[in-house]
Amino acid sequence: MKIFFSILLTAILTNNYILSKFLGICPFLGVSKKLNTAVGMSAAVIFVMMLASAVTYPLNTFLENHDLGYLQTIVFILVIAALVQLVEIVLKKYIPALYASLGIYLPLITTNCAVLGVTILNIDSGYSFAHAMINSLGAGLGFMVAMVMFAGVRSRLESCQVPKFLQGLPITLIAASLTSLSFLGFTGLVENMFA
Amino acid sequence: MAKQKTLREEFTKGIIKENPVLRLVLGTCPTLATTTSMESAIGMGISAAIVLVCSNIVISALRKVIPQKVRIPCYIVVIAAFVTIVQMLVKAFVPSLDEQLGVYLPLIVVNCIILGRAEAFAGKNSVVASAVDGLGMGIGFTVALIVISAVRELFGAGSLLGHALLPFPAMTIFVLAPGGFFVFGLVMACANKLAEMGGGKKAELGGCKACPMADTCQKLAKGDACEKEGKETVES
Repeated sequence: MKIFFSILLTAILTNNYILSKFLGICPFLGVSKKLNTAVGMSAAVIFVMMLASAVTYPLNTFLENHDLGYLQTIVFILVIAALVQLVEIVLKKYIPALYASLGIYLPLITTNCAVLGVTILNIDSGYSFAHAMINSLGAGLGFMVAMVMFAGVRSRLESCQVPKFLQGLPITLIAASLTSLSFLGFTGLVENMFA
Repeated sequence: MAKQKTLREEFTKGIIKENPVLRLVLGTCPTLATTTSMESAIGMGISAAIVLVCSNIVISALRKVIPQKVRIPCYIVVIAAFVTIVQMLVKAFVPSLDEQLGVYLPLIVVNCIILGRAEAFAGKNSVVASAVDGLGMGIGFTVALIVISAVRELFGAGSLLGHALLPFPAMTIFVLAPGGFFVFGLVMACANKLAEMGGGKKAELGGCKACPMADTCQKLAKGDACEKEGKETVES
């Protein structure tokens, strides 16, 4: 049980996928301008991450059993792309309410490196299936925490007087740097909590 | 293809005028993640450039065969194939680089520069032009990575390419995550300044223009992210 919390908190706080592993920076900078889009995007990411991990994990075992481990990258990205399409179709047909709120973000997720990243890292870290699922959940929640926090930072940033040469993207990146700095404060937290 | 740019222009635009990292703001994830040392930055730049050139050539050669509707999945398959090849080569010949790049090596598949160029250029242009475009963009990507990593390694580890240079203690924060965002922001500010002096315009998160998902983004435009991006571009 302890290990579940440890994996979960590590993925959310100390090894946040956006702020310390730099996975999924594009949506982090692109879709974080408004709080509701940030939440919608993150919800879709959590959903797809969990689903993608659940599908790719057994698939990887299959590949390795047949000595096809080198196909990992190509199989994973295709599975994720197909999965996203499938989810979109299924949601549209059967759960229109959910589709209305998440559907728009789904195609953007295919090329989100956080999703492919989490599936590959699950394998590389040698997690069991349950641990891999927890890690994906943590990664998704961490994504959401970072997105929501940063949406708040950006809304404050808009009313600030920024030096001319930093206006636009540079100041956004520096704000991201400070957000990331605040997450450095969590270093060692999980290790000590479960020591 | 009557008024096509010369090959030379296609080549140089990727390095300066349309630098994928500093002007088009694509491929930010590997830019931030692999610039902790110059060595890994160069490795990443070259690996991505190889994939970019090869996939541009193949996609351009297949552009009349691939049906319009399923082009993105087709592009992804081509790119993933080349990424796998590069992955195998790196693992076999430069295992230390493989260790440094780790998960970011397979993640070249989802590097938006590569899919972006496939969508914006290779799918519409001749094989030779696409190869040259890929080479220019690849070199532009590598150059941007080298600049950022030079700053980060110099201040963060006090060395360049592993040779100790700095007389005072290094500031480790530069090689950690916050330093990555910070240096990228400053380099971007400098690039903006240079572009301004050269008569160009500022780099924006031109997601909609440059990214391969532009169509979807347009749908988002109704009161969402991209509309805001658009507004920002107009304002500045």
